[in-house]
Amino acid sequence: MKLSHIGADFRIVSRTYFRNPVALFFTLIFPIILIGMFGLIFSTVGSGAVTVQVINEDHNPNGTGYTPVSVAFLSALNKTSVVTVQLVSVSPQNFSTYLGQNDDTAGIVIPSGFQNDYYNRTSVNLTVYTNPEAASSTGTVLGAVQGVANGFNLKAACNGGTCSPVIGFTSLNVGSQVYKYIDYLIPGLIGFAILTSPMFSMVDIASSYRKDGIFRQLSLTPISRSEWLTSRILWYVVMTFVTAGIMIGTGVFLFNAHVTLSLGLVPYLVIGPFFFVSLGMLAGSVAKSPESAALIGNVITFPMMFLSGTFFQVSSMPAGLQAFAHILPLYYVIDGMNQVMLYSNTSKALVDLLVVLIGSIVVFLLAVRLFRWRDE
Amino acid sequence: MSAAIEVEGLVKRYGPLAAVDGIQFSVPAGSVYSFLGPNGAGKTTTTEILEGLRKRTEGNVRVLDLDPWTEGGVLHKRIGVIPQDFRFFEKITPKEAIEYYRALFHTQVDPRALLEKVELADKANARFDTLSGGQKQKLGLALALVNDPEICFLDEPTTGLDPHARRAIWAVIRSLKQEGRTVFLTTHYLEEAELLADRVGIIHHGKIIASGSPAEIIAAHGKPARMTVVGSPALAAYLQMNLGASAVVEDGQVSVTLREKGDALKILTAIEESGLPWTSFTTTHDTLDDVFVRLVGQMDEGALKTEGSG
Repeated sequence: MKLSHIGADFRIVSRTYFRNPVALFFTLIFPIILIGMFGLIFSTVGSGAVTVQVINEDHNPNGTGYTPVSVAFLSALNKTSVVTVQLVSVSPQNFSTYLGQNDDTAGIVIPSGFQNDYYNRTSVNLTVYTNPEAASSTGTVLGAVQGVANGFNLKAACNGGTCSPVIGFTSLNVGSQVYKYIDYLIPGLIGFAILTSPMFSMVDIASSYRKDGIFRQLSLTPISRSEWLTSRILWYVVMTFVTAGIMIGTGVFLFNAHVTLSLGLVPYLVIGPFFFVSLGMLAGSVAKSPESAALIGNVITFPMMFLSGTFFQVSSMPAGLQAFAHILPLYYVIDGMNQVMLYSNTSKALVDLLVVLIGSIVVFLLAVRLFRWRDE
Repeated sequence: MSAAIEVEGLVKRYGPLAAVDGIQFSVPAGSVYSFLGPNGAGKTTTTEILEGLRKRTEGNVRVLDLDPWTEGGVLHKRIGVIPQDFRFFEKITPKEAIEYYRALFHTQVDPRALLEKVELADKANARFDTLSGGQKQKLGLALALVNDPEICFLDEPTTGLDPHARRAIWAVIRSLKQEGRTVFLTTHYLEEAELLADRVGIIHHGKIIASGSPAEIIAAHGKPARMTVVGSPALAAYLQMNLGASAVVEDGQVSVTLREKGDALKILTAIEESGLPWTSFTTTHDTLDDVFVRLVGQMDEGALKTEGSG
């Protein structure tokens, strides 16, 4: 391999690219559209806390602020992290209308005398408003209120702490924090770009360069097939860094995504394109015509595009599909990036990386072997 | 002169079909050899075998004393090739294309000078997809020269070009010969072969059916030169009697074969001495075109007869 040959070809690729408005669109604008679109569509799904509007009528006797018990109750609700309490000052008679007008899905009224009744162990009722159309948030809110109320009831029954609950539980989140959909979406869509942009263009290049005699032309020069393929891989590595940067930037800026930027991401952004440029070249080389090349490319690309954890997490898929996902190379790229960017799980990330690396070397060697400049 | 290209018993089969069927020729270094034949005769197949782009089925091929198929890597540094219908990266300019080749071949050629040589300097910074057919072909020619090749292979370099572009390419081919390079040119334009080539091989159905210099081929396969005058059968009889020449009368024209240089003068003198009425005389001789059409025609007729009787 001669670096000067790779460099010369790299200049040709980059010039071709920068002079192609469609290619520029897909590198610079499309990632923003993708993240923006999917981020908006799914921003309400699994985003954690449901906002609950609260009217607290239980003021201190001297009229300054709320009673400690009502404040403790609301703070306990907040700590469940499935609901976020927001105090409003609306009269309880108009509360239902107010919630409807403001598109709020849940509301709670703490009646006056709440603290007194609690201390006196007299029955007191909270009013909880929920929207039957928002079934999941209804369940969340009722569950949270029930849970907190049970805790307070237990304390009251035990005379303020002389007995402790028999069954308790400790709640821990997956990873170190609550992940939003956008957090999974960013590694998924970077994987999407690593897959689609080299696959589609390399399959096309492999067949059209052969048809136009450009490979034949190159075969008469000293550049070798592996040098040529390496220059293409390098180009897509650069493109992947640009796309990933844009996607992370858009996710963080528009949706406040949580992303751990570590050097551990770099190997995926290098080996991912290495794999898919080679695979695209291989697919394009075994095809007899540009039409069949496109078909082969699509057959390889489409299942991976949806089932490798790009738009949807693999763990949320049915068992059969999950097993299928594990034979898709892109799964390991995306899972590895998830491990690095979300969970900081280095050992799992290394296993993923190793799988992709070995696959890449095999596919690269096959591609170099099977793609021919000249005919027999 | 040593041979730049040496071919013996070359055969290329695709299944049962022999695209090239046992051909033999050699091209002396520094000469222009033209491969002439109708479409599908086997020109491109032969050229690609010589260039190391296609594997031969049988036979011996040496180009610059190398085997083109097994020693292609070494050979390609010493030859230049312009394929039929040259295509290149669409968004790249001629100047960038030459710089690319220069980097691959590690040469120091000046892109400007090379583009001037092929008359493409005014399009140095135009993208390939905006060039005309002739301009694209000129770029192909320029790229073939980046490595200062000893042999240039040109496969129908002027097919589909306008007369002006064609002449520009011819001028470059002549300069290649002047620079001492060997040129292997395939064409189906007889005029092109006659104008440029030192030696011509006529190929048809994968076989060489005639070879030599254009003049030699015409002498061997063409009809002899003739002088024709408008005159009567009586004049024909007079000439036959006095000159012993075979004179043919057809459509009021008397036609006499010219065997030697001085024959034309003798015939004209005899006509004047006859005192018989005559007007306008012309001399005609076969061109490579006539010979080609006749040879190819004869071969096809022969092929048809064989098929018919079989």
